[in-house]
Amino acid sequence: MIEELLSNFWVQLVIKLLIAALIIPVVGMVVGFAEMKLSAKMQSRVGPYFAGGRWGWAQLIADGVKFFQKEDLVPADADRPVYKWAPVLVLVSAVAILVPIPLGPDLVARNLDLGVFYVLAVSSLSTIGVLMAGWSSANKYSLIGGLRAAGQLIAYELPLILAVVGVVIMAGTMSLTGIVEAQGAWFSERGWTWGMPFVLVQFVGFAVFIIASLAELARIPFDMPIAESELVMGYITEYSGFRFLFFFLAEFANMFSLSAIAATLFLGGYWAPGLSETQLNIFGPLILFAKIGVLVFLMIWFRWTFPRFREDQLQSIAWKWLVPISLANILATGVLKVMA
Amino acid sequence: MNLGDWISQPVNWVFTLLALASAYSGVRVVTSQNVIRAALFLVGALASSAGLFLLLSAEFVALTLVLVYIGAVIVLFLFGIMITRAPLGRDVALDHKRRAPAAITSIILFAVLSWASIRAFAGREVTGVGDATDTRLLGEALLGRFVVPFEVVSFLLLAALIGGITLARKDLSPAEEEAREAT
Repeated sequence: MIEELLSNFWVQLVIKLLIAALIIPVVGMVVGFAEMKLSAKMQSRVGPYFAGGRWGWAQLIADGVKFFQKEDLVPADADRPVYKWAPVLVLVSAVAILVPIPLGPDLVARNLDLGVFYVLAVSSLSTIGVLMAGWSSANKYSLIGGLRAAGQLIAYELPLILAVVGVVIMAGTMSLTGIVEAQGAWFSERGWTWGMPFVLVQFVGFAVFIIASLAELARIPFDMPIAESELVMGYITEYSGFRFLFFFLAEFANMFSLSAIAATLFLGGYWAPGLSETQLNIFGPLILFAKIGVLVFLMIWFRWTFPRFREDQLQSIAWKWLVPISLANILATGVLKVMA
Repeated sequence: MNLGDWISQPVNWVFTLLALASAYSGVRVVTSQNVIRAALFLVGALASSAGLFLLLSAEFVALTLVLVYIGAVIVLFLFGIMITRAPLGRDVALDHKRRAPAAITSIILFAVLSWASIRAFAGREVTGVGDATDTRLLGEALLGRFVVPFEVVSFLLLAALIGGITLARKDLSPAEEEAREAT
């Protein structure tokens, strides 16, 4: 009876949607809390303190409740439906990226043959949401923020995609599970299997990927779209209540998912040396989360280390440096792959 | 297939939803009174056609639609419209009086296309749906059997790109260049 119910398409759909709807707030809250505490540490402050007792761990829950109580304001001149749907689109693309990321050899929502391609395609959807938000708010700051975001996302999508090509050549597959397996089994000799995360041979690709994903996330040093000293809050300026919360959650969820993709592509994903497949199925998620944690920490660390770039510097970094570097990387990888 | 069978297949429902969404947004692309809304409905139309391709197990085509058309072409559309003028509300210039000829043309086009596809595929069952097409096969076909047309097309696109840049860009004379540097 229960099995029959579970194999029903609609029941499965509802269950999957519920899981997706749960993952984002949880991930968003954990990353958001880490951001608050680490920022405080780096500025010699205490950070959240009161909510929930020790470490103020319930701060983000309290914030969430607060956002839901706030009035959902729509500016009088705004284009209402577009204004209302923009944050939903941004959040949906943040959820959809997580589909092909493997947590273990068998723990994956859907092992897509085109995993890498899917991730890049879906992540480009959020650009539309950002442009919708910027335009429909009927606010100059919002529009400029939205345009800056779009210009930035167009420029950095290219190096992001090109940086991944090197990994795809190395692994010979676009499936994220296949890429992790390729890193787990670099070469076998006398019954020993040696693994190697691709970051060791694709360091250039890794560096380009991290820089480009910082720009895609619009985080410091690439936070011009929401530069508060120039544009109030960019395309988010007019938003309040739970729609603001959506953008907020999407930012943290995107930090998590792009780190998860970087960890899967370059750091070996769920794989760790010396563990059998069964052990990887149990500990895989923890290993992956540890790697994601390192990358998220790096992003937060950057925030308090670097100043913001200028808009023209941003464009020249993308077109004059990152694109040629990643093209050279693809060429070198291809030549070495064919020679080897 | 009777009605009961039809209802019990989720794929039929998903198809109906996607087809309706695609038709609705297609109509709204042309009837919208605001150019940005029209572009956004185009996103809807493309996204639902990507969904239709997914139903046919053509993952690669579906994702290419999303990445290239939604992620790049429409974003550039929107970017271009917003950076020049970003009209909120109705845009009178978008409408015109020749609705009847336009409607007749589209009905004829629809009839021709439906007639052609029914004539070509009527009575044939869609096979091979369920497993996604192996991307490896696609790659081998493109870079093996069809490598010459593939290269010709990419060469043509490159030429078009360079042509576009040459047409759009006005090269400054050295004197103008200096004047520009000075400001």
